[in-house]
Amino acid sequence: MRPSATMPMCSKPISGSQMPEPKVMLDVRDLQSWYGESHILHGVDFNVREGEVVTLIGRNGAGKTTTLKSIIGMIDKRQGSVRFEDQEIIAMPSERIARLGIAFCPEERGIFASLNVMENLLLPPHVRPGGLSVEQIFTLFPNLKERRSSPGTKLSGGEQQMLAIGRILRTGARLLMLDEPTEGLAPVIIQQIGATIARLKQEGFTILLVEQNFRFASTVADRFYVMEHGRIIDTFATPDLPQNIHKLHDYLGV
Amino acid sequence: MNTQALFAQLLVGLINGSFYALLSLGLAVIFGMLNIINFAHGALYMMGAFCAWFLLNVVGLNYWFALVFVPLIVGCVGMVIERTMLKRLQGLDHLYGLLLTFGLALVIQGVFQNYFGSSGLPYAIPSQLTGGQNLGFMFLPNYRAWVVVFSLIICLATWYGIEKTKLGSYLRAATENPQLVRAFGINVPRMITLTYGFGVALAALAGVLSAPINQVRPLMGADLIIVVFAVVVIGGMGSIMGSIVTGFLLGLLEGLTKYFYPEASNTVVFVVMAIVLLVKPNGLFGRT
Repeated sequence: MRPSATMPMCSKPISGSQMPEPKVMLDVRDLQSWYGESHILHGVDFNVREGEVVTLIGRNGAGKTTTLKSIIGMIDKRQGSVRFEDQEIIAMPSERIARLGIAFCPEERGIFASLNVMENLLLPPHVRPGGLSVEQIFTLFPNLKERRSSPGTKLSGGEQQMLAIGRILRTGARLLMLDEPTEGLAPVIIQQIGATIARLKQEGFTILLVEQNFRFASTVADRFYVMEHGRIIDTFATPDLPQNIHKLHDYLGV
Repeated sequence: MNTQALFAQLLVGLINGSFYALLSLGLAVIFGMLNIINFAHGALYMMGAFCAWFLLNVVGLNYWFALVFVPLIVGCVGMVIERTMLKRLQGLDHLYGLLLTFGLALVIQGVFQNYFGSSGLPYAIPSQLTGGQNLGFMFLPNYRAWVVVFSLIICLATWYGIEKTKLGSYLRAATENPQLVRAFGINVPRMITLTYGFGVALAALAGVLSAPINQVRPLMGADLIIVVFAVVVIGGMGSIMGSIVTGFLLGLLEGLTKYFYPEASNTVVFVVMAIVLLVKPNGLFGRT
């Protein structure tokens, strides 16, 4: 196990940009969580700045999904510190965290079978002004418009993923946490999701992405954090990816 | 064939069906959201009837006020029960909820029996609904017609509210995946409390409707709830429309049996239940 002291800390500038760094939007420190008796996260440290796309990468079971679920409060037993826009949220219930402006798109997509497409889309309430309108979401994902009255789970996997992303864009949340949005999808759909993420970044959304597919992630992310055994073990910016590729292969076991 | 008698039995069947539908609907709503089989439902129905009796005889508020206030009062009792007791059972096996609510039913019934004995208290039909209509082929008492129509309206309004409205979409979504609905910023624990309160309010409303027909007795719910559980099993646990349709149909079936073969009228529902369990264990409208 790598001692976390040797880990490159995120406070130092990562890319070579001369621009003043944007504010830290999400600051996670020594985050620990448990599923029942089993200790899953053993002190996770990372941050996400406003307007960034940050990717958590790592093997199955490294704790990536648990990290997202701990941030949004879906894991009951959690410790440490999670600050969102300078406010401590570690002890808040899930519904309050969401209301502050964090939205979560789960790996299994979480489309409700007893709701049609439109109802699924309109389910998450507005938490802040400035979300996309339904028309804008339909422009982004035209398929959804055609299928607006179909039951949510009658959609294809790609359409379900679009619906899962689309419905959190309406809410006005500024930090979007996307858990493996490309999993199990055809390359052409993955491209469309990639284009969407790039577009959202342009519009100023901040995105925390969990991915196993680092080829995809490297096309959209600004920075990477590598997770293993419930800790962050390494981090690098996307431009530094080529010289770190062997290390990364090693981490991911590919 | 004596059509007068046949229609009279069908009417009794429809009345019973109204109570089955209101009660099994409440059970279905509660089961969907809380995953609890609410054995206290019969006791809360009885509380509704007693509450109407109290409002009339102690406070002086008539039937029409009872129709509004009793569901609210007993619904609040339900919410207190959920907040103080049922909430603690979240995530545990069905069996715990079943045992707790069964125990609650015994306690509530015991308390009422202690004070009122087992005999019934009379509750007069409201003056606006006394009398009846002679339809030629049968005599239709006004109050009974009112019960059937009003129950049907309440059932359909509940169905519409759950299946067709925005609030209902929260309820359906939270039934499927409460954690995710919470993570969207919706206060699911509060929804659960309100849902239990609503299911209980339906039972209490059935109690008020029943007070002028059956007498107000501490065991009125215990007798009824056994049949209602059979209705729920036949309809399929958790299906909204299923519980309404099954409630009314089984009431009618009972009525028919009373006319054609009275000896079987008390068992016919259970025979149907056994057959449904053999052929379609999830119930006629149940999701697999």
